[in-house]
Amino acid sequence: MKTLRIKEKSIFELGGEGKRGIDLPEPEGLAPAAIRGSAARAEAPDVPDLSEVEVVRHFTRLSKLNYGVDDGFYPLGSCTMKHNPKINEVVASLDGFKWAHPMLPYGMVQGSLKAMKMLEKALNEITGMDGCSLQPAAGAHGELTGVMMIRAYLEKKGNPRSIILIPDSAHGTNPASSAFSGYQVKEVASDESGCVDLNALANVLDENVAGMMLTNPNTLGIFEKNIRKIADMLHEKGALLYMDGANMNAMMGKARPGELGVDVMHLNLHKTFSTPHGGGGPGSGPVCFRKHMDPFQPAPVVDGDGGSYKLDWNRPDSIGKIHGFYGNFLVTLKALAYILSLGGDGLEKASEDAVLAANYVRASLKGVYHIPFDAPTLHEVIFNDKLQEEFGVSTLDIAKRLIDYGIHPPTIYFPLIVHGALMVEPTESESKEEIDYFIQIMKKIAEEAKESPKLLHEAPHDTPVRRLDETKAARNPLLRYGGGKNDG
Amino acid sequence: MVPNDRYYTKEHEWIKVEGETGTIGITDHAQKQLGDIVFVEVPEVDTELEKGDEAGSIESVKAVADVFSPVSGTVTEVNEALEDEPELVNKDAQGEGWLFKLRLEDKSELEGLMDAASYEKYLEEEEG
Amino acid sequence: MSRFFPLSDGDRREMLRKIGADSIQSIFSSIPEGDQFTGTLNIPHYSELELLRFFRELADSNTPARSFAGAGVYAHYVPAAVDSLSSRQEFLTAYTPYQPEISQGTLQAIFEYQTYMCALTGMEVSNASMYDGATAFAEAILMAKRVGKKKNTVLISDAIHPHYRKVAERYLENLGIQTVNVPTRNYKMDLDALNTALENEDIFAVAAGYPNFFGVVEPLDEISAAVREKAAKAMLISVTTEALSFGLLPPPGEFGVDIACGEAQSFGNYPGFGGPLLGFLTTKQKRVRNMPGRVVGQTTDEDGKTGYVLTLSAREQHIRREKATSNICSNQGWCMLRAVMYLALLGKTGVRELAELNHRLAETAKAAISKTKKFEVVPGTTFNEFVVRSDVNLEDFVEYAVTHGIFPGVRLSKFGLAPDEMLVTLTEMNTVEDIHRLVDLMEAVK
Repeated sequence: MKTLRIKEKSIFELGGEGKRGIDLPEPEGLAPAAIRGSAARAEAPDVPDLSEVEVVRHFTRLSKLNYGVDDGFYPLGSCTMKHNPKINEVVASLDGFKWAHPMLPYGMVQGSLKAMKMLEKALNEITGMDGCSLQPAAGAHGELTGVMMIRAYLEKKGNPRSIILIPDSAHGTNPASSAFSGYQVKEVASDESGCVDLNALANVLDENVAGMMLTNPNTLGIFEKNIRKIADMLHEKGALLYMDGANMNAMMGKARPGELGVDVMHLNLHKTFSTPHGGGGPGSGPVCFRKHMDPFQPAPVVDGDGGSYKLDWNRPDSIGKIHGFYGNFLVTLKALAYILSLGGDGLEKASEDAVLAANYVRASLKGVYHIPFDAPTLHEVIFNDKLQEEFGVSTLDIAKRLIDYGIHPPTIYFPLIVHGALMVEPTESESKEEIDYFIQIMKKIAEEAKESPKLLHEAPHDTPVRRLDETKAARNPLLRYGGGKNDG
Repeated sequence: MVPNDRYYTKEHEWIKVEGETGTIGITDHAQKQLGDIVFVEVPEVDTELEKGDEAGSIESVKAVADVFSPVSGTVTEVNEALEDEPELVNKDAQGEGWLFKLRLEDKSELEGLMDAASYEKYLEEEEG
Repeated sequence: MSRFFPLSDGDRREMLRKIGADSIQSIFSSIPEGDQFTGTLNIPHYSELELLRFFRELADSNTPARSFAGAGVYAHYVPAAVDSLSSRQEFLTAYTPYQPEISQGTLQAIFEYQTYMCALTGMEVSNASMYDGATAFAEAILMAKRVGKKKNTVLISDAIHPHYRKVAERYLENLGIQTVNVPTRNYKMDLDALNTALENEDIFAVAAGYPNFFGVVEPLDEISAAVREKAAKAMLISVTTEALSFGLLPPPGEFGVDIACGEAQSFGNYPGFGGPLLGFLTTKQKRVRNMPGRVVGQTTDEDGKTGYVLTLSAREQHIRREKATSNICSNQGWCMLRAVMYLALLGKTGVRELAELNHRLAETAKAAISKTKKFEVVPGTTFNEFVVRSDVNLEDFVEYAVTHGIFPGVRLSKFGLAPDEMLVTLTEMNTVEDIHRLVDLMEAVK
């Protein structure tokens, strides 16, 4: 029995008068409503009334149309789909944390503030940086914050400058975050080893450059061997180095960005530090920075050590607020629980196993799938469809066929500098049996590509829906039940 | 299929001039590169455009391409059929899938553009 | 070793052999020697039992209290079904639904959330969430700027949540967008000042709170009329911190609002010391291509069967890069999921009843506080929060009340506003008895 239902009705097809899914207290002695008559909403929102049972069934059935990390191998490159420890959820659900209001007097929220301070310190230890702000709500938000800090730092020196440099292998959020901080983006080409081309960098580096956003290890899984040199080149021109820490899972305990010339960086707690992806979020994207960037970090800042904690709002050089309150606090708690479950040694071991798994996949599939950049890689490995092209089989077909075998596809068609990329990041959470199964299936699919490509073109076969018409969805967007063409 | 009754840009727009009016669209090559087009944004009538200004955009499932005005001028008409049928650009990019018309400000700007032969050669080089 | 690692020592040896490496350290040799960290990370580790003990103690060092706190984050009851359903691993541990064939659960839930938010706000399309109300507001202004093209000034009411304004100003300043603040009169946007400000030809958007930061229900009809008369093409943005108010108030869509945005944490999400929250953003169908963030659309599969996909993604950062409508990637998916579950439980009847209950509790508190000698309720129609003024030192009063187990409200001086004012909020979590205790404290304080 794969799923109980192959399809679940829309919730808007259910419901009926007199049903209810929640019961409310009915206190006595209440004053009458002041908002009434024509001042009130004429009709209640047109949504169904349902019993609790129906709601429970509906969402339980929907859940069964999904595939989560607990279901199996999930090798999405650059997403670090590691195990989400169950204790994290218990910790974040403790009453004292979940009911704490952000505007309470500091004396009433010492536990929350202490947890924030502890996490900041742990992240500084891991990254070798001097300071940390937990305010950014996701990785891209951290990038935006970091670039804003660069801008504030340079402005303080007299000139914010106009350009941010970004390698051509970067994630799309890097250029978008730079643009949203008011910078123009200039691409820097990669060399044949997949790293930043130092000559190309030298050619574009001048006094207009505010900084460079560098992902390390980069999106090919390759450690930027010239990172110190790059930092020196930037610093010499008065520019700063931003590191996108999305791939920190490759190097915990092995290298610390703070010791490599990085001025400011972000981490993705929902990648490296095991907080669940939740079908798209919430994430958490703390920024870590060196001392000279400290005055510019977002306000407020958690202040205090040991005894009592408070929030310091009086930060005249701060970029100000980038979130309504202090970031995704309950998510940061989950990350702290993970870090303390592993400790320093365990975190290093996590990176070791992650890199081991990726290199094992690489060694096992070499020759079966083409490896476009043949440099040593860390936590992920990139293949493409070059060897399968002659059979008319593409990366998309391979990805969809994996689904037939109960494996989540890797990240596909990213990074953009690799034609038909298949980006595999197994993480430290996979047993050898699980990895071997993936390898076996990937080999089988390579055979199928030769013998019966139709099987791949038509995949997936066994899912609640098959390949969907994305052109239709985008041409006439139907974005709510009962909506569509009649609107607007 | 590169008709020789018009001019071309490196960004794969074409402009066909009749009297003072130029009709502008994207080339067949460009529509093929984009794939299934799902939405076309055209400028508003009366917009004044400088040569090289962003005049609109063309969105497919997997990409958005900006359309740049090949010359300076004032928009006089837009292809309203594209609102309901963006796929016209896929079907007939160099005919019914035109984007907008403008009144040319300075005809000498046309001299900087490619003719059909140069554009064909440019395509070959680009494919290289 | 840790319980999170499934490789055995033998597995590791075998895998190294396959790679052709002689040690774990050698697979890190692409990190130049001088760049390698040779120390040990100085972080302790705890067994699960110790860890839980540690965090329990930490959680318990937060002080519980009967609370009248609001101001952007609201303590509402969360039905057990929401906690139970949302913790299903298929939802919780899944990634962004980029592979629609194995993500229909998440995708359909997003589509349903979009429908609920449209119904509540009276708008036509909704995105799949933003980080929080403050960033949703900033993104709404940037969206209006894309529509307004060359115009470069936005009018922002001073009665919008101060944190939202700070975040928005931060986003806008770097982009060279001008903001003009419209002052308040009687805790509402000053309409005369608005009319004067609208004389400016450069305006691409006008933003008003609904209800505003002071809890007051702004006359959106009058604001809308003024904007339409003087700046016909400007986008009108409504900003809401308490989305439950839509259960009782006429929806923003009824007043010709172009973008309705704000905070929907009230729907099934805990206060959580301010996060994770749930930013919402809804608009008109014709503006959908300027909308930031992810969106799910309905379509059909190869066999003609209905299904859901992420759509209009060509506008997003992973394709459009520096020209994207936003840099957002991860959003608040799981908070959104909790919201749609919560709204499904509430239904049409429940959302109205719950909104009325919140409102009437607040009205009860207003009436009772009005009768005290030292505190007065400022005038205005409010939903579930309102401003009280007093000559009593409010910092002392809060401290005094807390020692009696009550947090009486958020002082406005915390936001750099009037030191003699405080925002009092009521939800269904407050009882009539709580109100009596609050009033008693207001009478008793010296």
